Amino acid sequence: MSDQGQSGLNTSRRDFLVKLAQGAAIAGSGALLWDYILRNEARAAPYALRPPGALAEADFNAACIKCGQCVNDCPPHILKLQPAGGALPIGMPYYAPRTGACIMCPDIPCMKACPTGALSPKLKKIEDARMGLAVIDIENCLSWKGLRCEICHRECPIKGKAITLETHPRQISRHAMFVPLVHSDACTGCGICEKACPTDIAAIRILPHKLVQGKIGEHYRLGWTFDTEVTQDFKPAEASPASAPDAPVPKTAPGMDYLNAGGL
Amino acid sequence: MNPGDFDRADALASTEKLLARRLPSRLWAWRYLLLRRLTQFGILVLFFGTAHWGWEVAKKVPLLSGNLSASKFIGYIPMTDPFAALQITLAGHALKQDALIGAAIVLGFYLLVGGRVFCAWACPVNMVTDLAGWARARLPIRPMFHLPRTLRYFILAAALALSVITGVAAFEWVSPIGMLHRELIFGFGMGFIALLSLFLFDLLLLKQGWCGHLCPLGGFWSLVGRTALWRVRFDKTSCTHCGECAKVCPEPQVLNLKRLEETGYVSSGECSNCGRCSPLCPEGSLAFDFRPLIRKHNARAQGSLD
Amino acid sequence: MGLTRRDFLKTSIAASTAATVGMPLSKQAEAAVKAGEAGWQWDKGVCRFCGTGCGIMVATKGGRIVATKGDPDAPVNRGLNCIKGYFNGKINYGQDRLTQPLLRMTNGKFDKKGKFTPISWEQAIDIMEEKIRWALKEKGPTGISIFGSGQYTIHEGYAAAKLMKAGFRSNNIDPNARHCMASAVVAFMQTFGIDEPQGNYDDIEHTDTAVLWGSNMAEMHPILWSRITDRRLTHKPMKVVNLTTYGNMSSDIADLEIIMAPNGDLAIQNFIAREIVRRDALNHDFIKKHTVFATGPYDIGYGFRPKNVEKFASGAEMDTYKNEKVHVIDKFEAIAQRKKEGVAVEQKNAATPMKDWAISFDDFKAAVEPYTLDFVAQVAKGDPDEPLDKFKAKLQQLADLYCEKGRKIVSYWTMGFNQHQRGSWVNEQAYMNHLLTGRQCQPGNGAFSLTGQPSACGTAREVGVFAHRLPADMVVMNPKHRAHTEEIWKLPPGTINPQMGSHFVKIMRDLEDGNTLFNLTQVNNPWQNSANTNHWIKAARNMNNFIVVADAYPGVSAKVADLILPAAMINEKWGAYGNAERRTQVWRQQILPPGQARADIWMLLELSKRFKLKDVWGAQKVPGLESGLPDVLPAAKAMGYSPESTLYEVLFATPENKKLRWPDPIAKGHGNHVADLLKDGWFPEKALFEEYRKFGSGHGHDLAPFDVYHGDKVRGLRWPVVQKDGRWVETQWRSNEKYDPYVQKGMGFDFYGNNGQKMMEGNLDAPSGPDKKVDISHKAKIYFRPYASPVEKPDANYDLWLCTGRVLEHWHSGTMTRRVPELHRAVPAAVCWISQKDADARGLKRNDLVWVESRRGKVKVRLETGGRNRVPRGLVYVPWFDESVLINKVTLDATCPLSKETDYKKCAVKVYKA
Repeated sequence: MSDQGQSGLNTSRRDFLVKLAQGAAIAGSGALLWDYILRNEARAAPYALRPPGALAEADFNAACIKCGQCVNDCPPHILKLQPAGGALPIGMPYYAPRTGACIMCPDIPCMKACPTGALSPKLKKIEDARMGLAVIDIENCLSWKGLRCEICHRECPIKGKAITLETHPRQISRHAMFVPLVHSDACTGCGICEKACPTDIAAIRILPHKLVQGKIGEHYRLGWTFDTEVTQDFKPAEASPASAPDAPVPKTAPGMDYLNAGGL
Repeated sequence: MNPGDFDRADALASTEKLLARRLPSRLWAWRYLLLRRLTQFGILVLFFGTAHWGWEVAKKVPLLSGNLSASKFIGYIPMTDPFAALQITLAGHALKQDALIGAAIVLGFYLLVGGRVFCAWACPVNMVTDLAGWARARLPIRPMFHLPRTLRYFILAAALALSVITGVAAFEWVSPIGMLHRELIFGFGMGFIALLSLFLFDLLLLKQGWCGHLCPLGGFWSLVGRTALWRVRFDKTSCTHCGECAKVCPEPQVLNLKRLEETGYVSSGECSNCGRCSPLCPEGSLAFDFRPLIRKHNARAQGSLD
Repeated sequence: MGLTRRDFLKTSIAASTAATVGMPLSKQAEAAVKAGEAGWQWDKGVCRFCGTGCGIMVATKGGRIVATKGDPDAPVNRGLNCIKGYFNGKINYGQDRLTQPLLRMTNGKFDKKGKFTPISWEQAIDIMEEKIRWALKEKGPTGISIFGSGQYTIHEGYAAAKLMKAGFRSNNIDPNARHCMASAVVAFMQTFGIDEPQGNYDDIEHTDTAVLWGSNMAEMHPILWSRITDRRLTHKPMKVVNLTTYGNMSSDIADLEIIMAPNGDLAIQNFIAREIVRRDALNHDFIKKHTVFATGPYDIGYGFRPKNVEKFASGAEMDTYKNEKVHVIDKFEAIAQRKKEGVAVEQKNAATPMKDWAISFDDFKAAVEPYTLDFVAQVAKGDPDEPLDKFKAKLQQLADLYCEKGRKIVSYWTMGFNQHQRGSWVNEQAYMNHLLTGRQCQPGNGAFSLTGQPSACGTAREVGVFAHRLPADMVVMNPKHRAHTEEIWKLPPGTINPQMGSHFVKIMRDLEDGNTLFNLTQVNNPWQNSANTNHWIKAARNMNNFIVVADAYPGVSAKVADLILPAAMINEKWGAYGNAERRTQVWRQQILPPGQARADIWMLLELSKRFKLKDVWGAQKVPGLESGLPDVLPAAKAMGYSPESTLYEVLFATPENKKLRWPDPIAKGHGNHVADLLKDGWFPEKALFEEYRKFGSGHGHDLAPFDVYHGDKVRGLRWPVVQKDGRWVETQWRSNEKYDPYVQKGMGFDFYGNNGQKMMEGNLDAPSGPDKKVDISHKAKIYFRPYASPVEKPDANYDLWLCTGRVLEHWHSGTMTRRVPELHRAVPAAVCWISQKDADARGLKRNDLVWVESRRGKVKVRLETGGRNRVPRGLVYVPWFDESVLINKVTLDATCPLSKETDYKKCAVKVYKA
C-alpha cells in the first residue's frame, strides 16, 4: 500500500491511466488477432449445409447461439454441432447427407427448437426449405451412363418435382436412358439422394446454392417463359435536362479520350 | 521467499489441516466445494442425458435441452446466456422472443444470486482452472508475468466491439467455455486442445490466468454481480486479520479489508460466491448471508460483543 | 444411328466433362486402371435377380469376383444393368454369410428348442436322414416336403424334383414360383395346352402399344422398361397404358394411367371384349380357324383351407374364411355373374375349379353383354377422387386401342394378375382379347406374361418343380405322362405317385396340421414370403416337425428352421436359368463357395446316397389314395436294380450319366466343387441337363445340348431349339408358322398344345354332359370369365386396402440385396405409402411410425406420403423385402382356386399411430 499523500494520488491516477492504456493495448492487439481468427473461422461457412429454415449465411453466422437444441430435437439424429477445429465454422449445426440426410419432418422440430431465430420460424412447410441444392456429376452417374439406377429419383421425397427423369433414346442399343435432372424450384437439399446414391463416391451431392447456382442476366427474359403483348398506352419517359435544346455546351464529351489520343 | 512459495506452503498447510480432521468434518469443511462440483457436474449430466438418453419429464417434454449458451428446461422455460444474447444483438440479429425471455430469466437469476455464481457453480471450465490452480499450488512454479485483473473488462469491450465489426458473436466463436460444454454434450473435437492450453496457461504461466484475468464472460458476470442478494457476510468484530481467506480466494482483491469493513460483506461483483473462504475462516467471520439481512446480522454480532 | 459404341462413349464423355466438376481420366489414370485389371479372368454369366434375364460378364481374380459388367452382346440388355444388376459382384460377400451347418441343439443333441450350434456336414446329413426316415415311417411319402424355387438352377430343380417324385415318391415339392407364376401357368395350360409365352422381348421393338396390367415394369423389369421407353420415344404410334391399383413409376411415361379398384381388371377385360364384339373388331377368320369359346364354374371358393379351418383360425379370420363354403353375391357380382344380389352361393366347385366346357359364340356374347361402360366404370374405378366421367373416358380410350384395326398390341402383366384371387381367370381374359382380335404369336402382338424370378420359367415351370408337374408340361395325375417319365427315368411302372402333392400354401397348412413332418427349403424364404405367416411361423416352431433351410444368409426362414445348411450362391456353382422369353442361359463356376457352403444340388445328391430302394420303393400308404403306392421292388429287380441300390445310384449317378466325365474341356479350366466333392468322376450338372433334355426333345420344348449353351458366342437360346443344317436354331414366336417348326404347314397359326384334347360342350351355366365332346386340336380357348369381388374388402373397422410388392433396389426378401451396403443405404427399410388425404384423416404425418393391422396380424412401419408411389385414397402399399416390417403377417392367404397362387395384392387393413 502506498502512502495516501498528494503525490500518491497523482501516482495512483497516473498508474490508473497507464494501466488503462496497457489493458487497451493488450486487448486491442489481441482483438486484431481475434478478428483474424473470427474471419478465418467464418471462411468455411459457405460450405456448410444448415438445418431447414436457416437464415442466409451471414445472418445465420450472427444468429446461431450454438446451443444444440436443434440437434437434440432432430428425430433421425442427423444434425451435428461442429466441434472446434473442424472443417466448418465452430459450434453451429450442420448435416452431412451422405451419412445422414434430412428426412424432412413435416412439423420441422429442429426449426421449432431454435431459440434465436437462426432457424427462421418463417418456414411453415418443410417443402419450402432450401438447405442446399442437389448437383449431379453426370460423368459418374450410373443413370447418365444408361443403367437403370435412378435411385435418387425414386427416393426423392418430392419425387417428380425436385428430381425428374428425362428419357432419351440411347442410340447404341434400343434401351432408353432415364437421366435424372434436379430442379431448384423444388429441391430442398434434404440429401436423401446423396445418401442413397449407390456409387462409391456419391454422384449426386448437396451443395449450398451459392456454390453452384448461376444467374441469367437481369436484362434478358427467356423468350418462351411468358407471353408478351405490345403495350398499347406507351408512356414515354421525361427527357433529361442534358437533352434539352438549350442545354449548355459541356467541357468534355464522350469519345474524346479515344479521338484525341495518339496518331492514327 | 517469493509469493509462489507462500501459496504452496499455505495450500499444503491448509490441506494438511483438513486431512488431519475426521471424514465427516472434512466433508463439512469441503461442503461448498462438493456442492459446486455437484451443480457443475449435475448441469452437465442433465444436458448430456437429455441429448443422448432422451431424458424426459413427460412424453415429448425433454428435461433440459441445449447447453449453457441456450437451453430449454422441461420443454417450457427458455434460458439464454445474456452475454451471448448481447453479442448476437450487436452482431445485427434481432433475437426471437424465446431467446430474449431466456436471457431475462438467466440475468434475473444471477442478479439475485450473484453474477459470478455462474463461474463458480455452473461453468465447466471452472473445474479445469481449479484443477490447474490446485496443481500449481503443489508445484514449484514462479509466476512468469503479471496481468491486470481488469484486463477482462477490456476483453469484454473488445468482444462487444468485434461482434459489431465482424457480424458474429465474437466471444461465442472462440469461447473455451462453449467449446468444452458443447463438446462434452455434442461430440469431441479440437476444443479439448484449447482447454489443455488453457489449463497449461493457468498452471504454468499465470495463476488464475483465465478466470481471474481474461475471461470476458467472467467480466460480464462481475458487472452483473454487484446487486446480488446472496453474499459473503464479513463480521469485522471477530476477524483477526489472519489472512487465511485471502490465501484461498481466487479473486483475493475482493477481500479488500477496508471495503469489507465499510460494507460488512464482500461487495465486489468479482466475488464468485465460491465459498472457499467461509469454512476456512478460523473465527467464522465470513459466511454466506442474505444481503438485506447482513446489516442486521452484523449489528447483532457487534451488539453481542459490546 | 450409325454410331458405334466407342464413338458414343467418346462423345458422351466429351459432353459431360464440359458440364461437371470431375476431372477426366488422364492417360496415367487410365494406365493405372489397366494395371489394376491385370490378371482378371472374364467369363459370361447371368444376372441373379429378376425374370428379365440380363446377361453379365464376370471377372474373377484370386478366387474372388472383382467386377461384373453388363454383357454388351446379350440381346436382352446390351451391356446395361439395373441397379440390382450393378451389384451382382457384391452379393456373395455379405458379412453374415452362412458358412457352416447349424443345428438347434442342447447339450450336444438336437433339441427343437435348442440354440443353433455349428455341426459338420456329416452330422447334418445324418440328422436329415434320421428325420426323413421318421417322417416316412409316421406319415409315408406325404410326410416329407420340399419348398423349392424359381431361383433354383435348372439342374438343382431337376434333381430336387426327381429325388422327390422318383425317389421318395412324394409330390410334396412346390417352388416359390407358386407365389409368383402359377396363375400364368394355369392360363397357358388351359388356353393353349402348353406353358410359357409364345412371344418374346423382341415384341417390344415391333409393337405399337404396350398395355401393363398389374405390372410396374419400370421398377420390376427395369431393363425391359428401358426398351419399352425407347420404343415409346422413337416410334410415333407407340402408346403405353398402365392399369394399376396405385400410381407408380410406370405411369411416368404412360399415355394413359388407369387406377382401378382391386379385381377391377376382371371387369375391364370383359368390357374390352364387349366393345370388340359390339364394334365388330373381331378377327372372324382367326376365331373360326384357331379358337374355341369356353367357360367354367364361378362357385370355386377362394383357396382357403377346405376343411377344419375353425380349428386354426381366429374369429376375426373366420369373417373372411367363411366365404370358402358360402359366398353372398354383392351388387356388382349380381350383374356380372347374372345372379341376384344377396343370394348365398354354396361354393360347390371349390375342389374342382379347373372344370371347363365349350360354349357358343352367342353364349359368349351374352356373357360379356352386362359389362357396359357404366357398369364397369362403377366396379373398376380405383381412385375415389377421380371423376367418373374421366374414368369412363379412359376406359373408352383403352377399348379404342384394342379395337383399332392394324394396331399392334402387347399386353404385359406380372404379379397384379398372377397374385390374384381370380388370377388364372384374369390371365385367360388377357388371351381372350388378343385371340378375339387375332393378335397373338406375331411380332409385336400378343399377351405376354412377365416372370418375377430368374428361372421361374427355366426351372420351376419347364423342369416341373411343382406338386402336380413333371418335366416338359407333363403332370403326375396323367397316367401317360407318368409312364413316359418313368421310361426316361428308367423307373419301374407305378413308381411315381399319381396323386397331386401339396402346393406351397398347402405344405404350410400340412405343417400346421402335422401332416408333413419333414421339410427341406432351398433357395427360398417361405416364412417371409407366405401370406398370413404368423400361422406358419408358429407351426414351424411349435409342432413336432423338422425344418431344414438351406440359405446363403440368415433370414426369417433360417430363423424358424431346426437345421440350417450353408448354400453356395450363383457363380459359386455351375448353373442355368431360363428367363421369361424362354431363353435358357448358363454359367460356369467362377469362385468357390466360402467355408463349408455347398451347392444345393450337392446337398440333394448327398441325401440321396442315404436311402436305398428298399426304403422307398416298397408299398406305401398315401392318405386319399385308396390303393396306396404299389410295391415296385420286384419290377425294379427285373430291371436290374438291387433293393440295396441307393437312390444316388439309381436316380443320379446312373451308368449313362457317369459317362459324362469331370473334368470336361467345356469347363475351360473352371472348377466344379460339386463334382470334386462327389469324387466319382462324373459331371452332374451336364449329365442331369442332358437327361432332362430328353423330356422336351420332339415335344415342343427342345433344348440344345449343354455344350452349345456354353459356347463363347452364345447368349442363351429361346426354346424350342431345334437343329437345322447342323446348327441349333432358337424359336422367336411359337405357334406362328413363320417361326415355329412345330406348326403344321399351311395352318398359319397352330396352337398345337391342345392337340388330341377334347372338351365337353355346354352353356354358360353348366356343361351339357360328358357324352358331347368337341375336338380342340390346334385350337386355343377363348374363355369367358366373370367379375368376382375380392373376398375381403375394406369395411368400417379395417378401412383400407393393402397392396404389397417390391421395390427396384431390393430383391424379394432382401437376404441378398440387404447385404449390399449401397443398396441397404439407399433403401434401408420398408415404408407404408399412404395418400396425404388418408394420412390427414387419421391425424398422421409423413415419417410417423404406424401400425398396419389386419384380421391376421400387424406390423410397425414408417409412413410415406410422397416418393415413388402415388397411392389413391383408400389404399396403402407396403413392400415385403424388409424382415423387420414382416408385412406377410398382415396379408391374406387367399389364393386363386385354380392356380393356388396367393393374392398378396389385396386385403383389408387399418392404419393407426404406433
